[in-house]
Amino acid sequence: MTPERRRFLGWGAAAAAGAAAVTTLAPGLRLVELARARSPDEAASALQRWGLLIDTAKCSDCDACVSACREENGWTGHDRPATDAQWIRKVSLRDRRSGFAQTLPLMCQHCEHPPCVDVCPTGASFRRADGIVLVDKHICIGCRYCVMACPFGARSFVHEPTTGQKPDVPRGKGTVESCTLCVQRVDRGERPACVEACNRDGHGAMAFGDLNNAAGDLGRRLRSEPSSALRADLKLNPGVRYQSL
Amino acid sequence: MARIEYREIEGRSAGFFGLLGVLALFIAAGLAAAWAMEHRGHVITGMTNRIVWGAPHVFAVFLIIAASGALNVASVASVFGRELYKPLARLSGLVAVALLAGGLSVLVLDLGRPERLIVAMTHYNFKSIFAWNIFLYTGFFAVVTLYLWTMFERRMNGYTPRAGLLAFLWRLVLTTGTGSIFGFLVAREPYNSALLAPLFVVMSFSFGTAAFVLVLMAACRWSGRPLGDALLARLGTLLGIFVAAVMYFVTVHHLTNLYIAREFDLERFLLWEGGVYTALFWIGQVLVGGVVPLALIFAVRTRAALAGAAACVIAGGFAQVAVIIIGGQAYPQDIFPGKEVSSSFFDGVVASYAPSLPEIALGAGGVALAAALVVLGLKLLPFLPSSLDQAEPAEA
Ligand code: SF4
Repeated sequence: MTPERRRFLGWGAAAAAGAAAVTTLAPGLRLVELARARSPDEAASALQRWGLLIDTAKCSDCDACVSACREENGWTGHDRPATDAQWIRKVSLRDRRSGFAQTLPLMCQHCEHPPCVDVCPTGASFRRADGIVLVDKHICIGCRYCVMACPFGARSFVHEPTTGQKPDVPRGKGTVESCTLCVQRVDRGERPACVEACNRDGHGAMAFGDLNNAAGDLGRRLRSEPSSALRADLKLNPGVRYQSL
Repeated sequence: MARIEYREIEGRSAGFFGLLGVLALFIAAGLAAAWAMEHRGHVITGMTNRIVWGAPHVFAVFLIIAASGALNVASVASVFGRELYKPLARLSGLVAVALLAGGLSVLVLDLGRPERLIVAMTHYNFKSIFAWNIFLYTGFFAVVTLYLWTMFERRMNGYTPRAGLLAFLWRLVLTTGTGSIFGFLVAREPYNSALLAPLFVVMSFSFGTAAFVLVLMAACRWSGRPLGDALLARLGTLLGIFVAAVMYFVTVHHLTNLYIAREFDLERFLLWEGGVYTALFWIGQVLVGGVVPLALIFAVRTRAALAGAAACVIAGGFAQVAVIIIGGQAYPQDIFPGKEVSSSFFDGVVASYAPSLPEIALGAGGVALAAALVVLGLKLLPFLPSSLDQAEPAEA
């Protein structure tokens, strides 16, 4: 599907969902429900904006999120960290003055104004209506301009032939890829694999949700607790937010 | 002014075919490298996820900006009406087109999916400066071809100044566009400067004139055509001015980084602690690409010195483009200001990069392609005057 078509379908779905919401306006709950439960063959809608909230204070020295992502999306490497794909990585921080040490997972920040999408000559890099930034592997020519443009080093160029691909996660040598927010899971109504793993292991450092839904868990926390965006100076309005940073 | 007589080069000597043969070998090696890169993936290059643009991009960007600069001589003749350079205008256009073709071939063959070139031609994201550059490059071919046609076709000669002006403006925009590819990368401090676009324009003047001087000297020498000292001295002065202009812009660029943008860490990296990039800057770019050619042009003033100066400008130019492209990526992105960072992605460390043989072969193949196009062009069409030994016209 071309991005134009996807966008078109997105608008269509947004209009349809909007109409549905209007018809059942009375109980507010109903609206929330509608916005969240989307059948798999329905197009992405701008009613949602999917995002993550990562509490670095709860993030420990493990890499459950990284392994889960690798497993889910099949980006197994060749033990060549410089060229292997890394959709998500653990970054260790130490404050230069105080020496305070932290660790956190870093992945595509799913910006509202993604520089990768701006620079992509073919439009292969695109932002779905629900805020997920993706690469169309059929249009990507492998110029790597988006990798140059990403402020977070979140994108990987596939340097070698791929093996063991997952049926719902297409990858291809010579194209660029990055965190998809586990779009295949999100479209099934599930949480991304990293979030699942982090919570399964009891850390609870990562939360997934709809940034537009003020009544949802994520919306409530963002409203009542402090959080920050990486490289806020660039005004990209990322969909991934950090706490205790 | 007397009519200039243009003639094809004979192109039957052993030397001619030897030259073409050597160039063909380099082109074949470049194609083989591109095939291997596509077949086995970019893992056989030195490029990584930190240094995504490597040696091929250094070659490609150098050739592309040199292409625009090679048109200088023609512009000076047609736009600024300098009669002295008029006989050189055709050759100037040929070198420009050839260099651009060489550079673009390298750029395209380095793509992860070069076979999708047609996708790049049919899907445009007009927000992308890269997409605009596709138009600027194809347009450059068209505009310069038109310009050449007005020069070749006697009935069209009257339009040459206008076509020349169009070509002149077009190539200014083209080089600005190429510089903007980097200038638009807001999240990378080394490229975060409005000076990058004008810097690329003066770099193009300098590299393009140097390439043109070398081609001219070689073509005249190997085809046994006289080449006057007056003309060469003028070209030398022109080159010298451009070299000085590049040095001036580079100085201003670093000073603004230091005093206005307060990028002390970046400047410490580039000028002092950057290892190979610091060496490339001081030895390659400043010494070989700046000081030596200026001395050769303005202090020595011989033919050999001019050829040497032009070669130095080209070598220094490669160093400069490498510092900009590769050094600019090697310097770590500052995602977490005020923190020391480490990760499996080598966050916080200067990325290492060593070009591999296939990358160099691909780049050299592009240079060989440009040279071969010039050689073939000279044989097929009358680009070169029979003699360039005229006395200096008074008004030049
Ligand atoms: S590598 Fe692919 S996705 Fe990235 S800018 Fe180039 S064409 Fe677009």
